[in-house]
Amino acid sequence: MNRPLKRSNAPIFWGLFGAGGMLSALLGPVLVLITGLAVPMGLLFGADAMSYANMLAFAQHWLGKAFLFAIVSLFLWHAGHRIFHSLHDVGIHAGPGAKAVCYGGALLGTVIAALSLLSMGF
Amino acid sequence: MAEKTITIKVLRYNPEQDQAPVFQAYQVPFSDDMSVLQALLFIKDELDETLSFRWSCRMAICGSCGMMINGNPKLSCKTFLRDIYPETVRVEALNHFPIERDLVVVMDDFIDKLERIQPYIIPAAPRSLAQGEYLQTPAQLEKYEQFSSCINCLLCYAACPQYGLNPEFIGPGALALLHRYNADSRDGASAQRMELVAAEEGVFNCTAVGYCSEVCPKHVDPANAVNQNKTTAAGNYFMSFLKPRGTSK
Ligand code: SF4
Ligand code: FES
Repeated sequence: MNRPLKRSNAPIFWGLFGAGGMLSALLGPVLVLITGLAVPMGLLFGADAMSYANMLAFAQHWLGKAFLFAIVSLFLWHAGHRIFHSLHDVGIHAGPGAKAVCYGGALLGTVIAALSLLSMGF
Repeated sequence: MAEKTITIKVLRYNPEQDQAPVFQAYQVPFSDDMSVLQALLFIKDELDETLSFRWSCRMAICGSCGMMINGNPKLSCKTFLRDIYPETVRVEALNHFPIERDLVVVMDDFIDKLERIQPYIIPAAPRSLAQGEYLQTPAQLEKYEQFSSCINCLLCYAACPQYGLNPEFIGPGALALLHRYNADSRDGASAQRMELVAAEEGVFNCTAVGYCSEVCPKHVDPANAVNQNKTTAAGNYFMSFLKPRGTSK
């Protein structure tokens, strides 16, 4: 009964996973549809909606930055967590190494996203 | 008229004598209304008295007859030969538990976990006889009733890949029971139980596979209980940073 209990720090990763899951479920398919099909095919917003100049302006606005940062980083945290826990199902024994790659990858992506968004200026 | 028979392959193992478990096949007379448990009882009575397995009620109430039947965790008294016939019935001890003998598993790990969740009502304040009985509304009853149907059959443990990976995990059945007491309006010990819920052996081992709830013969839905407790444990975790040091819990 009296074994010492160590508090799990999983809520951090679980929280990021959950937030990313919600965001990707709500926005993922729509984003693919808009940016991958509708706009390039000229069905929505006109042909140059996603031109370099427009996209740069979008990423330079603080709201656009917040949106891009949330999408990129939370999607990555969601994916990292999901992939880590699915490794067992494809026969890979997930140890500390796999953990470092999955969560480290998400962290790296988050840092790169933050730095590039900041370096674009406002 | 030739009697219909069905083949039952049973995984036999006596750890004191055998090197490894081996399957042994038996031919058992088949009838429409026979359960797998009845087939095993036939084997024990008529063919091989050395076969060991647990059972008692024969009606999905005692929870002692759980085993792997053709690869799935099932109560053998609630699984009928007619749903498998003419295929062979393959019977093995429950997954993820050490074999004591044949189909009997060692349950010590689960019993230990059961004790750790404090599966009894701990009132917030002591109550005197003069105060009379507790009153509970139907809505309050509904909050925990489903989780109180658990018969400790361990099917959900045999179904849980995360328990298979890490036996330290408190696991679906015990966590559903923990939730049953937390959700009871007469109980005041959720804060005490939170320590275990939020610990490394607690709810966050669950990756929301959901197979536990699928195999549960009593519709307890342990996956739901675990998920509700993930949310409260996460809330509790982040709140704990807001409280001054020394008052945590
Ligand atoms: S929750 Fe269901 S499957 Fe698990 S031990 Fe209880 S009755 Fe059996
Ligand atoms: S014998 Fe009691 S549950 Fe099957």
